[in-house]
Parts: sequence; structure tokens; C-alpha cells
Amino acid sequence: MDWFLIISSGAKIAIITFGIILPMVALCSLAERKVSAFIQDRIGPNRVGIPMTLFGAKKDIALLGLVQPLADGLKFLLKEDFTPKHVRKFYFWLAPALVLVPALLTVGVIPFGSSIQVLGKQIPLVIADLSIGPLFVFAISSLGVYGIVLAGWASNSKYPFLGGVRSSSQMISYEIALGLSVIPVLMIFGDMNLGSIVRFQDANGWLLFPAWGSGWTLQRWILLIPLVISFVIFTVSIFAETNRAPFDLPECETELVAGYHTEYSSMKFALFFLGEYAAMIVGSALIVTLFLGGWSIPFGHYLGLGAADAIGNWWVGLLHVGCFLTKVAAFIFFFMWVRWTVPRFRFDQLMRLGWIFFFEIALANVFLTALILMLVK
Amino acid sequence: MAYTVPRPKLSLLERTYFPTLIGGLKITLGHFIRFVQGKGKVTMSYPEEKWDASLPEHYRGAPTLVTDEHERERCVACQLCEFICPPRAITIVPEQIPAADKFAKVEKRPKAFEIDMIRCIYCGMCEEVCPEQAIFLRKDYAITGTTRAEMVHDKTRLYELGGIREGLVNKWNPLK
Amino acid sequence: MPSVLFYLFSAIMLGFGILVVALRNPVSSALSLAMSFLGLAALFVSLGAFFIGIIQVLVYAGAVMVLFLFIIMLFDIKAEERRKLNLPAVIGGIVLVLIFTLQLATVLSDFQPGKRQINTVPLDPANALATRHANGLTVPTIDKDLAAGELPDVKLIGETLFTKYNFHLQIVGVLLLVATVGVIVISRREDKTVEPVPAK
Repeated sequence: MDWFLIISSGAKIAIITFGIILPMVALCSLAERKVSAFIQDRIGPNRVGIPMTLFGAKKDIALLGLVQPLADGLKFLLKEDFTPKHVRKFYFWLAPALVLVPALLTVGVIPFGSSIQVLGKQIPLVIADLSIGPLFVFAISSLGVYGIVLAGWASNSKYPFLGGVRSSSQMISYEIALGLSVIPVLMIFGDMNLGSIVRFQDANGWLLFPAWGSGWTLQRWILLIPLVISFVIFTVSIFAETNRAPFDLPECETELVAGYHTEYSSMKFALFFLGEYAAMIVGSALIVTLFLGGWSIPFGHYLGLGAADAIGNWWVGLLHVGCFLTKVAAFIFFFMWVRWTVPRFRFDQLMRLGWIFFFEIALANVFLTALILMLVK
Repeated sequence: MAYTVPRPKLSLLERTYFPTLIGGLKITLGHFIRFVQGKGKVTMSYPEEKWDASLPEHYRGAPTLVTDEHERERCVACQLCEFICPPRAITIVPEQIPAADKFAKVEKRPKAFEIDMIRCIYCGMCEEVCPEQAIFLRKDYAITGTTRAEMVHDKTRLYELGGIREGLVNKWNPLK
Repeated sequence: MPSVLFYLFSAIMLGFGILVVALRNPVSSALSLAMSFLGLAALFVSLGAFFIGIIQVLVYAGAVMVLFLFIIMLFDIKAEERRKLNLPAVIGGIVLVLIFTLQLATVLSDFQPGKRQINTVPLDPANALATRHANGLTVPTIDKDLAAGELPDVKLIGETLFTKYNFHLQIVGVLLLVATVGVIVISRREDKTVEPVPAK
């Protein structure tokens, strides 16, 4: 048995989950409030810092409110964990876990960086280098709907129930658009391994920015037409899949109080919250990996910062991780930016968009890509 | 009668939803960037920054009692403010000034004068009705307490807040 | 280690499969079925068939069961919980299962390739590549994977579906289309909407 593989995999799981994703989730909850505040000309949370007054000092150190997520977490843990009498207990307790777990599982196939040298060995920075990366993400994230549906059903009251029903139909509808819109991408790569997809983009230009390597061909630039369509449909579908505004109908405050988590309180509520943000991070990471070159640095091929340069150079590996996280952070900002701009859709509009427009356009897009791949060499 | 508002005819581009979406994103990004540059700030960081310096002349804060320059209580316990007070926040117990007192000729003064600041609505009617100009609305607005009893201002507290008011007692004295 | 996992996931699959029929609450049954699918998917993955395993999760656990749950949630499940066990049906079911198991056992005992141990038959991509070339089969992406010593299971399934079983695939596609159109025709509402009053 290869102990090095097992230990390094364990370390990767621990570092990526507890060192990257969960702190990112925490920071996201702060960033969301800050971004919304800035967009609305407010200041946002800026008080919570190191409470020096507790130790007898004159003033607290505010640190721009960066400690706010810790305070929120503490509040969630210390609140009364109230279970209403009318709920179905088993499923009521199961649901929050079912929301968070799939979101965290999908992280497993996303390449966070090229590779990094530890103890003289080159470790690829992806937990499981599956040959069916995007499908794995779709499959596992499609299980996330169970948590929401069960939360709605187990709460045994009407608003959560409506939220659960909405969520299940919404997620199933948009999974189709999501799956179809990614097909042109896979057709171009001829591969479903996310690691090799990123290595291809590192060498030959990002899908949406084919400006180096073998990217300077007529075919790649004509392919931008179907790819931009794919990108738009994919991004919008990710919005719908993660229940983010403008598609946050399952928890639509104005109609359903708080939707599927109306009856939840304290840490159980927080798990829904964390699950939503984790799904958002994974969604952004997937978009970045498929369309925007994952960890690859633009023109890194020429600058000596490509995939091959990471071998034996630990700092290039770290630079790749940094590049990936920057791109993901930019995308998360985009998610928040859209949330605080666009009003919520009506449910029939959402279904119309998914079934009548995205489904057909994505299908036609597959044909268009095939035609271009066949005709333009 | 039912009246149908005609929907505007949208062009094909408008119907794709993208122009409005991008327009909206531009507006919010504009606000975001202006804020980050420090230009769009409208919120006041309250405990550090306060309105105190720029409060308007007519600002109505906490009602207080004042003494005149000889340290005589101006209030003569006529109880007009108690009667006019819409939320009935004021309670006055009048007493006769003993003959030995320096100001015995004023005859009456409040033995107890309490304003319940939980009830007070800062309307200023007490000030307006007072024939002696003994009660004034000052500019204090941060009236807090941890108990209900603390929120009831008694006579000493009211004089402490009000201080001394000099000058003539005439009804529409511009001095505040 | 793998055999331990095999027994674990088989147990999950069969245990939850029994729970599907044993539990009285339809939602619990539906979730048990989903768990059973997950166990099955894990078994596929342990056989190296990642694609089938993931499709099992994506289609059955992720989409079909969610739709089931969606429908069940709209029912009054209390009536279902109160229903008594139908003894003849239970006995009949058990007898059917026994007969089916017996049949499966007799068929499988005659199945010769099943007697080989899977770890005695290692993957041989280089040989497969040579055989494919000899048979005139060249698909660049499959060749690339085989040359790199990987099993291109997704691509092989795609190739088989679109060459060997292309006709069948088209027939199934038409069947699904007909079913979809049929559902839409049946569920279409009668058009009784009133024309809006024009503005005066």
C-alpha cells in the first residue's frame, strides 16, 4: 500500500476542507454583508475585532470587522437549539447535514493548483483525480436537493413545504441546462478529467481567452461563439442550482417567510447557510476550472509560470493556488454583485427560462459546436 | 371598471433581459467603486461621530428644569405641563415654600417633579405651555438606562440637566 | 480492503432495499431507495466503472428519486401509514423473490467468465490499443487514453452506443420523445382563458 499517497491525500482533504473551503465560507458571509453594504452606500459590519476591553485595555482593535464570522459562529453555537413540536424529528435533524455534506464532497475533484513539491515528491493539488470530474460534481451536487426538500417536508408547515417543492423542481429543471451547456466544453477538450482540462488550458489558452499556445487558431476563436453561450447558460444555471438571488425562490422572504429553513434555528440554520456558501464556492470553482483556465496564470507558459515549471519549484505551485483562489474570489464577488442588483424572478419566469430558453439554446449550441469542430480546422 | 394598462412593446434586444441586467450591474458597481474610493459614504459611525455639533436650533431633546441666576427654581408647580403632556410622562407633587425661605413670596414649588423618559415623546408641549419658562427641551437625546427606575428623571436629575437659565421671564424669549 | 468495502456497500444496498418495502412511511421508503442506489453506485465504482456509478447517482438518486419524493410529498401519507399489511401479498412477494434468486443462481453458476477473479485479469491498455488498431478502430481521444495506460470508460461507452447500438439508441430516443409529447398532450389544460378587456 502506498502510504505516501494515503497520507498526502488525507493532508490534502484536511487542508482543502478546513484550511481553504470553510474559512472561505466564513469570509464569504462577511464579504456578502460588506459588498451589499458598499453597493447600498453603507459601511457594513466593521466593529468586531479583538476585544481588548475584556482584558482591561481602553479600546478594542476593530480589524475592519474581520472577526465578525467568528462572532456569528459563536452566536449560532450558543443560541437555543429549538426543535418545534410538530416536525418530523429524524428528517428535521438529517436535512441540514444533507445540505452541507454534498457541497463539501464536490470539492474533491476540483484542481486547486498544478502540483507542489513536498519531501522531494510532486503532489498534484487535487484530492481525487477522477476521469469524470464535471459529472461527479453534477451528481453529488444534485444530492444537495435532498437536504432542502427534506427540510421543507419535515418542518411540517406550509411555507417550508412550498420552499421545498419549489427547490426540487427548480434544481431538476436547471440540472438539464447545466449538463447540456457543459457538453460543448467537453467536446472541445475531448476529456472529462478536470486536471487535464486545466493543463490543456494552461498550455493552449483559456477557453474564453485563447491567446497563447495553440490558442491562436481560427477554430478556437470561432468556437468562442458557442462557448460564450455555454458560459452564460452555465453561470445562470449555477445561480439557480445554488439557490442564489435572483433565483432564491426556495427561501424567498417576501413570499415564504424564509422558505425551507423557516422552522430552523441556531446551528442547524447555520448549516443551511454554510451549505449555500459552500455550494457557491464550488460552483465558482467549477466555472473557473472549465472556462477560465483554473489555476493557470495568463501567459504563464511564456513567463516560466506554466504547469511544467511547478516541478521542483514550490513557489510556482503556490502561485498557481493563489491564482485559482483569486479567480474564485472574483467570481464569488460576481455572485454577490448580481444578488444585490437583480430583483427576484417569478417562479413561472424561472421555469420558462430553464425549460423553454436554456434547454433549447443549449441543445442547439451542442450542434453548433459540433459543426464548427467539423468544418473549421 | 377594469382598466388594462397596455404593456410597452419591447424590442428583441430588450426582451433578452441583458441590456437592463448590464445597466443594473453598472449602477451597483458604480456605487461600490465610489464607496471604496471613499466618496459615497452616507452612514455616520454613531458613537464616534455625532450630530451634536450640527444639531439644528429647533432640535427638541430631553425636557429639563432650569433655575434662574439666583438659583431659584423657576417652576412654581402650576402643573400645566402635567395636564398638557400627551403621554402623561410628567408627575408633579407641589408644596408650599416655607415662610423662612428666601423665595417665600413665590409661594409654591414642586416637592417632586418626575418625567418618565420611557413615556416622553419629546413633543415640547410642556415647554410651550409653561408660563414661567421653567421647563426647556435641551439637546440631549441619548437618554439610556438599564432599569425602568433609572429612566425616570427626578427633580435633581432634571435640574442637573437643565442648569441655570438667566434673563427675563417673558413668554417668547428667543433665548433657548 | 476492497472486499471489505464490497461487503459494506452490498450490505447498504440490500439493507436499504429491504427497508424500501418494510417501512410504512413513503418518504422513508423513497429515501431508502436513494440510499440503495448510492450503494449500487459505489459497487460500480469499485469495479472501475466510474461513469456508470456516477450516472447511477446523477440520474437515479439525483433526479428520479427527487421527482418521486416531490410527488410523494404532495400526498397524504398518513393514510398510507395506517394501512394494514396484506398477508397474501407479503407471502407472494417473498415466494417471488426466492424463485428469482434461485433462477439467478442457476444462470450465474453456468456463467463461465464470472468464475474468474477480477484481480487475476489486470487491465491491459497497450494490448487493447493494438487489438483496436487491428480491427480498424481509431478514435483519437480513446487512443490517447489507452496509450497513456488509462481506461477511457466514458469514451468506450460512447463509442459503443453510437456505433454498435446506434439504431437502438435512436429508437429509444424517439420513444422518449413520443412519451414526452404524450405527457404534454394529456396534461394540457383546456384553453378557457378569457381575452383581456382592451383599454378604452
